[in-house]
Amino acid sequence: MAMSATEIERMIKEAIPDARVQISDLRGDGDHYAALVTTPAFKGKSRVQQHQMVYDALRGRMGNELHALALQTAVPEDA
Amino acid sequence: MTDNVSERIQSEIDSNDVVLFMKGTPVFPQCGFSAAVVQVLSELGTKFKGIDVLSDPDIRDGIKSFSNWPTIPQLYVKGEFVGGCDIVREMYQTGELQDLMSTKGVKVDA
Repeated sequence: MAMSATEIERMIKEAIPDARVQISDLRGDGDHYAALVTTPAFKGKSRVQQHQMVYDALRGRMGNELHALALQTAVPEDA
Repeated sequence: MTDNVSERIQSEIDSNDVVLFMKGTPVFPQCGFSAAVVQVLSELGTKFKGIDVLSDPDIRDGIKSFSNWPTIPQLYVKGEFVGGCDIVREMYQTGELQDLMSTKGVKVDA
């Protein structure tokens, strides 16, 4: 089962409230997304930890309903 | 995950400098994301051990909780979890992966 981009964005923002989330549907099939998540909450964390925070926010959907989410994380420059 | 599976994973990453948990084999990857990491490692000229999770369901489930990471592929260098496909590609593009390999004393050709 696929997930909508809105649903992905909602779940990430619920767990990381000040996150800026940009999602693109790579194939238009509701199953292959790319997401860029930017938040000061990532500051001082390794890339692995940043991605883990996003995966935690998606509470088990990643790797199941959500087959492919190309993830990029960043700390805002002014943080 | 049973202790046994956890021990098998630990022993693989202890006894090989670079280990890639992947779908398929380095010669015949069965998934585009696994293939992408194999490609990066090949371009670096790094020797690595590929572990096909498709032929081992215990490892396939076990590695996800072992690393606290929901997807395959997963790359380990000298016992440290480096990341999945997105992170490996990003680090390769920025040159961080090459730096990491040399810091850890892993031979690369590139």
